[in-house]
Amino acid sequence: MTEISDPGIHTERVVEMKSPSVADMETIAKRVRRHIISMTGRAGSGHPGGSLSAVEVVTTLYFRVLRHDPRHLDWPDRDRFILSKGHAAPLLYAVLAECGYFPSEELASLRQINSRLQGHTDRTRTAGVEMSAGSLGQGLSFSIGVALAGRLNGKPYRVYTLLGDGECDEGQVWEAAMAAAHFKVDNLTAIVDRNDQQIDGWTRDVMDLEPFSSKWQAFGWHTIEVNGHDFTQLADAFDQARLIKGRPTVIIAHTVKGKGVSFMENNPHFHGIAPTAEEMELALKELA
Amino acid sequence: MTPDASLREAYGKTLTELGRDNKDIVVLDADLCRSTMTQFFASEFPERAFDCGIAEQNMVSIAAGLAASGKIPFVSTFAVFAPGRCFDQIRMSIAQPRLNVKLVTTHSGITVGEDGVSHQSIEDIALACSLPGLTVIVPADAVETTQAIRVAAATHGPFYVRLCRPKLPLLYDEDYHFELGKAVVMRQGTQATIIAIGTRVAAALEAADNLKQEGIDCRVLNMPTLKPIDEAAIIQAAAETGAIVTAEEHLEHGGLGSIVARVLAKHHPVPVEFVAIKDTYAESGSPAELLQKYGLTADDIEQAVRSVLTRKNSA
Repeated sequence: MTEISDPGIHTERVVEMKSPSVADMETIAKRVRRHIISMTGRAGSGHPGGSLSAVEVVTTLYFRVLRHDPRHLDWPDRDRFILSKGHAAPLLYAVLAECGYFPSEELASLRQINSRLQGHTDRTRTAGVEMSAGSLGQGLSFSIGVALAGRLNGKPYRVYTLLGDGECDEGQVWEAAMAAAHFKVDNLTAIVDRNDQQIDGWTRDVMDLEPFSSKWQAFGWHTIEVNGHDFTQLADAFDQARLIKGRPTVIIAHTVKGKGVSFMENNPHFHGIAPTAEEMELALKELA
Repeated sequence: MTPDASLREAYGKTLTELGRDNKDIVVLDADLCRSTMTQFFASEFPERAFDCGIAEQNMVSIAAGLAASGKIPFVSTFAVFAPGRCFDQIRMSIAQPRLNVKLVTTHSGITVGEDGVSHQSIEDIALACSLPGLTVIVPADAVETTQAIRVAAATHGPFYVRLCRPKLPLLYDEDYHFELGKAVVMRQGTQATIIAIGTRVAAALEAADNLKQEGIDCRVLNMPTLKPIDEAAIIQAAAETGAIVTAEEHLEHGGLGSIVARVLAKHHPVPVEFVAIKDTYAESGSPAELLQKYGLTADDIEQAVRSVLTRKNSA
């Protein structure tokens, strides 16, 4: 679709989608967590830990912040969500299904042969996926391109990019951090899922990122730190980011890896290992 | 002898002309716009030119984001830095999603000269051709460059276009028509076929001239599109002349020679000789000295034709 849609129509639709209360959001988040556990458990592989940590961030974006329309994937004015930490694909698929991009039943096909739901995101296969990811460090750069195109085309859309904290080991993230400030892309908001863990353990032990917030500030970004599991704080942060002009904003969302399942929380084992059948049953009980 | 002309300059000027007609064309560079000659575009359309600094990986992924949003990004740096420096970004951000990004690199091969090994891209064709979905073009003169750039701009999908640093003799008139995926018969011949790309096409023609005086009648093919390769032209050359010599400013491994050998092995095996850089890195030196030391001159092509004919005739 190349024609410019009537923004009035979409505004109405968006208002309709933006109404959920915090209680509603909590209900959606719980369903998303259950999807993540079931999908990875059934697939026997995948990345539950870093999917569970960012549930509130991505739920807030799709149900409160983004102007998007599952019925018009190519709507030129849509806000873009770029998942840079592509291993959190189960989270994105679960939220997209909750929004109606595809039926929830399809989530069961994660990582299966001929499935649209690839192990890491693939923009050529899945409705609503903006970028092929999985090789870390590329999403922020990609988002700069999307943001620059929006500016060149006079489009009002905003770009939201989710990075992992471990991902910030990649040098390209900092090339992009420098470039985003240089090009003054204030229509770009990055969110870092600061769960303090990566595959090999705690980030402070593997490759210390601190002083993390100061680094972003030094690169020219407006920086906000929030509890990444608090819907109100997240909503306020996104509202604030929209008002910052002349520079990009990063929201450092402090989260817990494996959040919501007692034995997965802060357990790096579940970065890239799916729950067993017994663990899946236990986890779904906790999330009932 | 036809006058020499710069391929880079042809690129820069063509890009600027295209930019006047098509507002979606944008240009990205990595602190080399004066060398890659995208500076012409940048000075006329500063709002559509993005110098990304010395950060090729970031540049390539930014281009992908622009393409995903309807823009037609032309991305330029030296051939040694793309695809080499940012291979994974090209793979994941551009080739796999088949985004409409045009990578146009300059200073390829060893004729970059005195800058030495760090600046001599002798692996880039192998890297570029390995990626599913990427169209790979190596123009042989300024006229072909202009046309290839126009075709790349007008054809949806990712392209890699490889240009060189030195000026090259003009091989084509202005009425030449570049056709994507088609070889060009530069000279008819019956005893052997020289298939050449880029800077080696002029050398292949020189070699064919010299061999003619020895009574050896060579066909010369220019193969500007390496991917998708013109299999029919290669098979026809093998069937009609029975011997092939390839000539390129690239490693023997994974370049034109490998591609031609693959086509012949599958469809029409005949003796083949390879004029290419053997399994080694080059060094600093003038382009002429380097071409001689690493065995890529017209003289080397002539020798390869004699060798391949010996094999053909003893078969």
